Amino acid sequence: MSELLRRYRAWTVLLVVLLCALPFYLDAFWLRIGLFSMAAAVGAVGLGLLSGTAGQLSLGHAFFLAVGAYGYVWLAGEPGPGLPPAVAVVLAVLLAGAAGGLFSPVAGRVRGIYLGVATLALVFLGHHVLLTADSITGGFNGRSVPPLELGGFTFTASDPELTLLGVPFGAEERLWYLSLALFALTWFTARGLRRGRPGRALVALRDSETAAAVMGVHVARYRSAAFVVSSMYAGLAGVMLALAFRRVVPDYFSLALSVDYLAMIVIGGLGSVAGATAGAVFVTALPLLMTRYADQLPLVAAPGTTDGAVGPTEAARYLYGAAIVLILLFAPDGLHGLVRRTRARIHRRRSAPKDADPATETHPPASAVRAKEPTP
Amino acid sequence: MTTFLDNVLNGLALGSVYALVALGFVIIFKASGVINFAHGSLLLLGGYLTAVLHEDLGFAGALAVAVLATAAVAGLMDRFLLQVGGQDAHSAHVQTIVTIGVDIVILTDLSRRIGGDLLTLGDPWGDSVSGLGPITVADSRLAAIVVSTVVIAGVFALFRYTNWGLALRASAEDMEAAALMGVRLVRMRTLAWCLAGALAALAAVFLAAFPAPGLERTTGQIALKAFPAAILGGMASPPGALAGSLLIGLTEALVAGYQSELHVLGEGFGDVAPYAVMVLVLLVRPNGLFGAKGAARV
Repeated sequence: MSELLRRYRAWTVLLVVLLCALPFYLDAFWLRIGLFSMAAAVGAVGLGLLSGTAGQLSLGHAFFLAVGAYGYVWLAGEPGPGLPPAVAVVLAVLLAGAAGGLFSPVAGRVRGIYLGVATLALVFLGHHVLLTADSITGGFNGRSVPPLELGGFTFTASDPELTLLGVPFGAEERLWYLSLALFALTWFTARGLRRGRPGRALVALRDSETAAAVMGVHVARYRSAAFVVSSMYAGLAGVMLALAFRRVVPDYFSLALSVDYLAMIVIGGLGSVAGATAGAVFVTALPLLMTRYADQLPLVAAPGTTDGAVGPTEAARYLYGAAIVLILLFAPDGLHGLVRRTRARIHRRRSAPKDADPATETHPPASAVRAKEPTP
Repeated sequence: MTTFLDNVLNGLALGSVYALVALGFVIIFKASGVINFAHGSLLLLGGYLTAVLHEDLGFAGALAVAVLATAAVAGLMDRFLLQVGGQDAHSAHVQTIVTIGVDIVILTDLSRRIGGDLLTLGDPWGDSVSGLGPITVADSRLAAIVVSTVVIAGVFALFRYTNWGLALRASAEDMEAAALMGVRLVRMRTLAWCLAGALAALAAVFLAAFPAPGLERTTGQIALKAFPAAILGGMASPPGALAGSLLIGLTEALVAGYQSELHVLGEGFGDVAPYAVMVLVLLVRPNGLFGAKGAARV
């Protein structure tokens, strides 16, 4: 374990330094992709705890993102109590957790696919409420997001003006470091949860409910708790997204968003924090990048042409859909599994390091999944 | 009273169309353990093919082609994109996400072709109505009820009396035992997907017929209403899906019909009422109305 840590510590430090240096080199477009990716990663890690660790399927993630985002906007803004933004962030996260707690009579008892569709209801009912409760949510047009302020330091382009090493620090640069800090918090808390007692209880629950109950795991309580924790991560992701977008509208928090989050954790590889992060970056960044660069691809028309040609947005959607299918065809255990297999191949000559991740051991080994494949 | 009967009949018609879609969901889930997120696109594909072909082939011919083509697409998708991943429960998760990818591709393509248009399907009922005692009802609604009833009865007969139906039920019960008894899981699964695709294409016709304005690119989203229908009945129970669909259809029609009395809940609550009903039912019965509470074996 410690040998493993030493080997990866250098890489980790390098990665952190790189992430901290990026705002000095990238323009706002790339930074914004980074902001969205980090926000999505926080949400995906939360969903990963629920689906990958506890084995519960949730399609309601968009609802809890919406609770976090709108909770922050209402708490910090006008109309609303107008609390200090930093307090509003904390309260919005707690609010999302409370919303998850209110749903726990269902979440604690309903299993697997039933929970998936039950949470689907949350998205539709939530969307309806967002459209209807004008006075709080601003109805169809949504509300603009009050900027975050932390002890006199505002996360906007000015107040105070800031230029570091010749780079003017606008809203994107400032939010980048905030998101990075929040993401690091998420990363460590989620790993702690997964490796500690609660994580082990949830994995036991996923693999056999009866066996876990016999071992003294309180089934309904742990299921509800997993749901509440995952909702709180979603709430935090919602706040981060709201800050990055600067405006929240109901139509963003649709079923498509929930489905995107589900795609993130499966593409990344179920049951791993790093995998969820990789999946989040993939699913968030890919469509944005493709929309921007699609016009350089062959067979794609310029935007605005109507005569049945494939526009950049459509080309991006095609590629996105195809990418999901292809990744899962060739790596059914997601990006995480792909990396793990590649790493194992590289280090085959050394004595195989024992995998430190408790959850990965419970998955069927890659060879078992592959053995059933018919020859093409 | 007339309004009430009107609403009930509307609800039954709507429910019987949902039943076609929900039955498809349940068949797929029973056969493969996969939730098919591409069901809405398959439905839209069926409707689109009927719409573009009906001028050349006539309505019946176009519908036949559309049903066969949609069935083929569903079958090919299962055989070459999903089954490659294997048959166990872990890969069912992954395959569910693959259907999302397929859905994105098909939906993008059809949306591009349909654009902002409203396509007519050339169905023989047009906008004619019949009087049934005190109430008038659109012929297309009656046709929806009749056709769905016949088709669903046919599907149940298929489950009950054919070898394929037996194989499907056996493998849903215990996949390994069924395989050892000589059930060809691969073929059985693919046929199930074909059947579900055909049902979805058929449902598209009634979803686009009068009183609805026609086929739009958002028509496929109606398939999402079949989710609560399937869950209400208990995901693994075809008769349950039928009952759930009727319940969902009735709820939606009644809430929409009495909207003015229910304005506290906000405009357009009829669209989301099915989900509210579903949550209430799941609170009382976590496995759906007809779902069996599985005994755990240690």
